[in-house]
This record gives sequence, structure tokens and C-alpha cells, in this order.
Amino acid sequence: MKYLDEFRDPAAAEQLAREIRRRVTQPWRIMEVCGGQTHAIVKFGLDELLPPELTLLHGPGCPVCVTPLEKINQALTLARRPGVILCSFGDMLRVPGSDGDLLTAKADGADVRIVYSPLDAVRLAAQQPQREVVFFGVGFETTAPATALAVLQAAAQGLKNFSLLISHVLVPPAMEALLATPNCRVQAFLAAGHVCTVMGFWEYPPLAAKYHVPIVVTGFEPVDILHGVLLCVAQLEEGRAEVENQYARTVQHDGNRAAQEAIRRAFQVTDRKWRGIGEIPRSGLGLRPEFAAFDAERKFSLADQAVAEPADCRSGEVLQGFLKPHECAAFGDRCTPEHPLGATMVSSEGACAAYYRYRQRTAAQP
Amino acid sequence: MCLAVPGQLETISGDDPLLRSGRVNFSGVTREVSLACLPDAQVGDYVLVHVGMAIGRVDEAEAVKIFGYLREMNELADLEEATMQNTPAAAPP
Repeated sequence: MKYLDEFRDPAAAEQLAREIRRRVTQPWRIMEVCGGQTHAIVKFGLDELLPPELTLLHGPGCPVCVTPLEKINQALTLARRPGVILCSFGDMLRVPGSDGDLLTAKADGADVRIVYSPLDAVRLAAQQPQREVVFFGVGFETTAPATALAVLQAAAQGLKNFSLLISHVLVPPAMEALLATPNCRVQAFLAAGHVCTVMGFWEYPPLAAKYHVPIVVTGFEPVDILHGVLLCVAQLEEGRAEVENQYARTVQHDGNRAAQEAIRRAFQVTDRKWRGIGEIPRSGLGLRPEFAAFDAERKFSLADQAVAEPADCRSGEVLQGFLKPHECAAFGDRCTPEHPLGATMVSSEGACAAYYRYRQRTAAQP
Repeated sequence: MCLAVPGQLETISGDDPLLRSGRVNFSGVTREVSLACLPDAQVGDYVLVHVGMAIGRVDEAEAVKIFGYLREMNELADLEEATMQNTPAAAPP
């Protein structure tokens, strides 16, 4: 496929890895904050091409993973309500709440449907006026324009039977929260390419300057990721802390203005709890007051009951780069993708789930 | 979750900015995609699609740059090697 295959060329990847090995003179730690990049790094073994001095840390880059347990429980409550059709992305259906997951609820008779796009849920609501259609919307800035458009389309059509359970999060505030943590281990960031396709990268220079970290906007294919790592390494070795754009074929400085405008019309910035990390100020999107009628939490008076996470889950430390997945005592034993203890194991893009899938044997004997 | 796939825009339909859409060809598989966030997309453009929505365009000139850089790096390495081979060993003192 054009624009994908050439960026998976093993010879190009090896050439970049060689150049990285040539440039590195001391230990460095680089964090990616995109589950797609985490998945690609582990799947293609890109970290194994790097010199031992370099450590890739896998940050909070998976929106499914960081969706709080309380929200999953709310989705389960809604799904079990008679007359409701609960729609979400496939990845959300397997994430266990306190009392089962959405797939099990579906097997037990709840009307839970996987949609490819939030806009499909709007169409479904228009086709089924006698049912209440709820879209469980999670995601980063990449997904926010589509969710925003669902709100705007539903409002334009005057749909009364459509609402959303929203758990949208924003990446730069989470990056800043990590950098502000005492003993922060991150020395450079690969910024998430598709988040920047939408938002641009004007938000990053103040972060790079304040915390003196290179930030390189990076794509998702092996050649992109290794090129992003090379640009980080060059900056680290030269003592620079700048924002660079590796993914210029789709990312521009200002991002996609029309998409940002859709987000701005539908949403406002709110505080948001990140599973495994806790509440981060101004790190989420919530519906604007004028769209309150589409807020499922309000419409169905859903309680926001705080839930405790299992004490032996160390996903917070994994998400902040203090711990590698296989260094957790529960990894692969009490915690597996079938029975996850917490955030980083619940979705295939979580660091623990990716290590479990591709590194199970080596992880058992680290 | 943030997976977005590039495909070529083949047709555009609809005048309402909220409902404007197009058919995008992903190596033979075509799909209807919202163009609400890419108002100036043209037929023939390669667009990046995420959850049914075109969120950006792919810039051909930028896409090939990395491969030009890799070629230069290769040529430089060859040149260095050739220079090394052609340089006579230093004469003993």
C-alpha cells in the first residue's frame, strides 16, 4: 500500500539503526506516547535494533488503556438498560469493568454494537428513533474530530435519541504531567504523529524549552520510528532540546484547522482522570454546555462511583517509564490480556499487552 | 487506536459542510469517508483516514525526503570507504 510499504523497508530501517548506533555515546531514555508506536516497536522488534545505551519507555499512549474503570462501569450500566443500543470501538468491548465487560454484557442479551466510526452511531440513531443510541467515545485528539462531528451532525438533525459517554483525553497535558513528576525518567519524546496531524505541534516548544527535552513528531511505521529516534539521539548528543517534525508528509505546524474548529465547537477542555496515573488538570474534552442534551451521564443520571484498582497492578509505574512490563511480578502470571489487572494490559496497544503478545517467552525469563 | 490509513480520494459528494463525503480507495478496497474536516480535498489526493474521517492529506514531496536522505547517507559512507582505501598508509617515521 502506497505510503505504508516503503516505510517498512527492512534495509532502510537497518540503515537508520546503524546511524543511531554510530551517533550514541552514552545512555539515553526516549518515551513514545502513542500506543500505535508502542505496538510497532514491540511487534517489529525495533528496540532490539538499537544500541544497549538507548531505552525506549512506553508512555500513556493508549486511550483505551487510560479510560478510567468508572467510565467502563458506566458503559456497562448503560448497555444493560432496556431500550439502549450501546456503540463503541471494538477495542473498548473487551476492557473489563468491575462487573464483566461489554462483550459479556452483549452475550447476556445487551444490545452492544461495534462501530467503525462515531458517525455510524449517529446514522443508527436516525434509523431507530424508538431506541436510545449511546456512543461510548474514547480517544486522543486524533479521534476527537470524528466524535465532535457526531455531536454536530446529531444536533443539526435534531436527534433526541442519541447521546455520548465521553472519555476523550489530550496528550500534551499528560506529557507535561510526566515531565513534572519528581525523578522523571524521560529525556526525549517521540510525539504522536496522528495527534499532531490534527493539532499541529505549536503546543510543544514551551514544553521542550521548560523541561529541556527534545520532542520529535513521529510517524508509525518502522522507518518513521527509527528516524524519530535518530533525530532525538542527535539532539540529545548535541545538547539541544527542540521540536522537530519527522512526520512532515502529514503533519503541518498548525495542524488541521477545520478539525480543530469541529473540536472547539463541540467540546471544552476539562480535568480528566487517566487510569493508572490519576487526575490530570485540563487533560480531557467534555461536551460544551449547549450540547448537554447529548451527555449520556446527565441524560441517564449515571453515578460516577470511584473504584479502587487492584493493589498489585503497577501500570502507573509502567506508564511513567519507571518499570518495564516484564519487571512487574504479576506480568504474565496473575495479569494477562484475558485477565488484566490494569491499564497497560487491557488493550492490545498497552505496553504490557504488547510485551505479552510478542515477548512472552523472553519476558518469563528476563 | 490512533491508526490512520492513507488512501486515494476518488469521488466527492454533498454540499452540506457537515455531511460532505468522498469515496477513498485503499489499495483496491473503497470506503465512504467524511470530508467535513478536509474541506479543500481534491479528487486524486491521498488522504489519511481515521475512524471514517479524513483528518489530513499526504504530501508526496515530504514523503520521499527520508529516502533521499538515506541515499545520501549511503553515498557518503561509500565515499568515506573509498577515501580510506585510496589513502596510502602513513610512511613510517
